[in-house]
Amino acid sequence: MNDIGASLALALRLITGGDPSLWHVVLLSLEVSLAAAALACLLGLPLGALVAVERFPGRRAAIVTLNALLALPSVVVGLVVYLLLSRAGPLGSLGILFTPTAIVIAQAILVMPIVAALARQFVEDGWRDYEEQLRSFGVTPLRAIPTLLWDLRYALFTVVLAGFGRAASEVGAVMIVGGNIDGVTRVMTTAIALETSKGDLPLALGLGIVLLAIVLALNAVAYAIREWSAKHHG
Amino acid sequence: MGEAMLPLEARALTVRFNGHTAIEDVSFSLDGAMPAVILGANGAGKSVLLRVLHGLIAPTSGSVTWSGANERPRAQAMVFQRPVLLRRPALANIEYALAVNGIGGAERTARAREALERVGLSHLAHRQARVLSGGEQQRLALARASALRPRVLFLDEPTSSLDPTASADVERIVGEIRAGGTAIVMTTHNLGLAKRVAGEILFLHAGRLVERAPAQSFFNHPRSPEAAAFLEGELPWSVSSPA
Repeated sequence: MNDIGASLALALRLITGGDPSLWHVVLLSLEVSLAAAALACLLGLPLGALVAVERFPGRRAAIVTLNALLALPSVVVGLVVYLLLSRAGPLGSLGILFTPTAIVIAQAILVMPIVAALARQFVEDGWRDYEEQLRSFGVTPLRAIPTLLWDLRYALFTVVLAGFGRAASEVGAVMIVGGNIDGVTRVMTTAIALETSKGDLPLALGLGIVLLAIVLALNAVAYAIREWSAKHHG
Repeated sequence: MGEAMLPLEARALTVRFNGHTAIEDVSFSLDGAMPAVILGANGAGKSVLLRVLHGLIAPTSGSVTWSGANERPRAQAMVFQRPVLLRRPALANIEYALAVNGIGGAERTARAREALERVGLSHLAHRQARVLSGGEQQRLALARASALRPRVLFLDEPTSSLDPTASADVERIVGEIRAGGTAIVMTTHNLGLAKRVAGEILFLHAGRLVERAPAQSFFNHPRSPEAAAFLEGELPWSVSSPA
């Protein structure tokens, strides 16, 4: 108990004291997770919306596949991205294995199905409300996608945050494609895993506290935005 | 477009959903000279018929033609019982409808402002549409539809969820839109509204067009027993369509 208490006190000192190694890891985590979430949203939101509004052969299979991809094993994604980016792999010439870019790619692959599946659900519900009115204006389902994404933006913000949260909390795939190289690809989750295994609990706890604080803050922001939008936009 | 759109002809329209017949063998022609009110109890098929005419539902059989052509003309608009407004300001809602119909630039804004003014909502132009009252939302929906300058305006129970004051506003605006040269086709089960607005009545019962007559004649001397029973308040509130 005393060890935990002492570690916690030291962790708080690291955070408040602006420990450079801790904050470097935090910043890198935020950078790669934000980039991965942005990339996943860029592809996942329109994809989810497309599956929601368009009727095409194989749509049900597409929905089942999207939902199944929610449970994509992260280490498998890490392994596949590793094989693609490794020197002998088809994208080996890019030379981006063990770089933050590789982490962004792996995280984006993991997050994209989450964004697409959740977006499909939100947009499908929205389309049920809007369809007759938009079709009455002569709007086709394809043309309705940007309208729906914009009109449902506050609800979809939750999806974006869920994607970011998933990216920020990923360990396995990030470890495989990033290599957990100190100062280069070490992010909060891989650092926590490493420092715990080394017995450096204060740093691991400090990073854990920051990670939790970020997740809490994001959820608070999402909640506030939804409340605000319900009040001001109906 | 203009006058060439009418007459609107429905020929032997039948709509079935999952084995349920919503409307059956409905035929008529509208020339737009008088406001046409499609009257009937809940479940009679009024809203389905209006959606078929507007092109939102494809009939199982039969056809709708506009001045003899099968193509759905753009110069028509519809206002729904519960208006679906976008999460943006009132003015932007009208501008959106104009934009997707190819009207841009200064003309778009001018027409949107003019439409808002016509329904008395200019002061709420920048208010979010979804926080407006029910009556204001329906007036905005009318402004949005009329901004498209439709030759025909379809109205699906436009006052059924409004209080008497808001209903009176809607009726007045519909009258003004009609005076501007737009043909009105409206559904309702509200006899008072039908009496005030209708030039002619198309009475639907259980998915069938039972009677069509000038409004005064319909209300004074209904020919069909179903219409007579409806006017006497003897029809059930909701009727079943034919199986």
